Amino acid sequence: MKVIKIEKSQWAEGLEKARQSMRLIGPVAEKGYHSFQELAPGQAPDLDFQNSRLSPKGLAFPQSEVMLTYTMDKNDPECGIMKEADKDYGPRAVIGIRPCDAKALALVKMNFDTDEYKDPYWLNLYNATTFVGLACDAPCATCFCTTAGSGPFDEQGLDVLLVDQPEHYLAKALTDKGTQWLQAAGFTAETDGAAAIDKAKSAAQARITAKIETEHLRGADTMALYNADFWEDVAFACINCGTCTFTCPTCWCFDIQDETSRGQGVRMRNWDSCMFPIFTVHTTGHNPRDTKIHRVRQRFMHKLKYFVDKYDQGIMCVGCGRCVNQCPVNIDIRRASALMNRVGQDARCAVQEG
Amino acid sequence: MTMAAHSTQSTPSREELVDNPYLPYPVRIDDITVESEDRSLKTFKFVFLNPDDEAKFAAYKAGQFAELSIAGVGEIPIGIASSPVEKGFIKFTVNKAGVVTSHLHNMQVGDIMGVRGPLGNWYPWETLEGKNVLIVGGGFAFTTLRSSIIYMLDPANRPKFKDITVVYGARSPGMLLYKDELIEWEKRDDLNMHITVDGTDDPDWKYNVGFVPPITEQKAPQGDPDSYAIVCGPPIMIKFTQPVLEKLGYDHDHIILSLENRMKCGIGMCGRCGIGRELVCKDGPVFTLNQINQTPREY
Repeated sequence: MKVIKIEKSQWAEGLEKARQSMRLIGPVAEKGYHSFQELAPGQAPDLDFQNSRLSPKGLAFPQSEVMLTYTMDKNDPECGIMKEADKDYGPRAVIGIRPCDAKALALVKMNFDTDEYKDPYWLNLYNATTFVGLACDAPCATCFCTTAGSGPFDEQGLDVLLVDQPEHYLAKALTDKGTQWLQAAGFTAETDGAAAIDKAKSAAQARITAKIETEHLRGADTMALYNADFWEDVAFACINCGTCTFTCPTCWCFDIQDETSRGQGVRMRNWDSCMFPIFTVHTTGHNPRDTKIHRVRQRFMHKLKYFVDKYDQGIMCVGCGRCVNQCPVNIDIRRASALMNRVGQDARCAVQEG
Repeated sequence: MTMAAHSTQSTPSREELVDNPYLPYPVRIDDITVESEDRSLKTFKFVFLNPDDEAKFAAYKAGQFAELSIAGVGEIPIGIASSPVEKGFIKFTVNKAGVVTSHLHNMQVGDIMGVRGPLGNWYPWETLEGKNVLIVGGGFAFTTLRSSIIYMLDPANRPKFKDITVVYGARSPGMLLYKDELIEWEKRDDLNMHITVDGTDDPDWKYNVGFVPPITEQKAPQGDPDSYAIVCGPPIMIKFTQPVLEKLGYDHDHIILSLENRMKCGIGMCGRCGIGRELVCKDGPVFTLNQINQTPREY
């Protein structure tokens, strides 16, 4: 694995060089929080942050996105016929995405990139992006990535991993795309940084003490988990605000809506949430998940059991801690998982763990 | 997220675009039939504007559905009522219920709209070959069952199946779908047709009177390893038909159901129609009772 040394004095210049062939996106401080935004010429990403308040899932999955366009002008022969919306899928690099969030995108890809169907919107944006990650040296108190299949130096889903050192960055080129980005930025000074990276990695991992218990989920009987007696208790304080799914890097549910104005229309998709009653309500008024107990259970069961069973790639959670941190009533996925895990210890499914 | 991707002035690199499963095929409404006396059910016959689209859609199987798409209004998932053996058009029977279906009910022959599909799985035709097939249907859930019956009765397909029995009921004679076909099927000797209504004041009504579950109990053949039952109807009918089929000897993996849930994408992406790990739109809508027993009943 090639390691490149990037002097911080050369950083801004390198980014400007890279910008000649692609757009740059990075963390920007705004109203006291960081969010991922397109960087203007000369604007450097603000890498002095723990993590963004919202996950950067919008990089591939904007909160609102036009999918199709059409005219409703009766005199137009194309009236009512849907067209693909014009899109910009030019190359871009996101600088400073945290490893957990990059891993999250790799997990979500399994939903949008299937054998039967490919979601062109998600995939075209994802494929147009080079992911230049920034390793975490100072994780939040609510981070539990190391027990959620990720970690502060996780390389999954990244093209480059940057490791912060006092005077320079050590950059690991993880893919061809990553190598190309480093070349485009003129970062080419190879160095033997493996030992320094390992040292920083061990130190960062040691700082993450929060854990999520998951080892018995895979073998657990689904209906035993579903019918467990703790769901009412877990859901008791929930106010159905949807903050958890909104901030979550691995939540991908969406709605599709038509919007029209003056004879022109668009079909768009918007983030949606299993926490909202309307998400599942039938036209008849029947709602299969008509109580918040159903909905809270759905969120945890999807993340910690259904997804685990469907893909056998671990839980649908990377331990970023945003839902724990931002839930107004302190509902904690780690507690839910611990309760589920305990049930899973006793109630095994017919097909035992391989 | 300000870097959101919909810039309108740039040139998309089309060669990168994969086939877009959200893009409906344009269709023209070719015919509209009012099916029920209360006018709540209409059958829409569509023809494709582009022959290529028709060819792509034509591979559908009985039991699948499609998203009917109206610009400026939205989409609805509806079971395909026409049969793969009927060529040149597709048909959907739509209950006037919500925003899109009410709008559709007001559309006219000649109007242009869209169809996405075929979507979802289908009744397990490979498994059903060489078997007795019992079809139990109620109300307007008879649409994909009509597709199935037409498919099985096609001269090329009929020899592939053993006895075929159909129990179909509606609230009243005027609410039965596809009446002309029902009467024709009733006369055939290669199909045991049992039409029933919950009640009627028509003195000349010559078919059954009674709810679907008891009529099924009276008329349906015993279940055995060579027999399958396909059940499609309102939840209350399904609830009371299940014990009847159990009593008749149908195993849970020989009872086949088609589920409904609120849907948007229809292709397993948007996440809302999930029942446990299964998505009704993509892993279903057709499941065996055995599969459903292992899944939260969130439909």
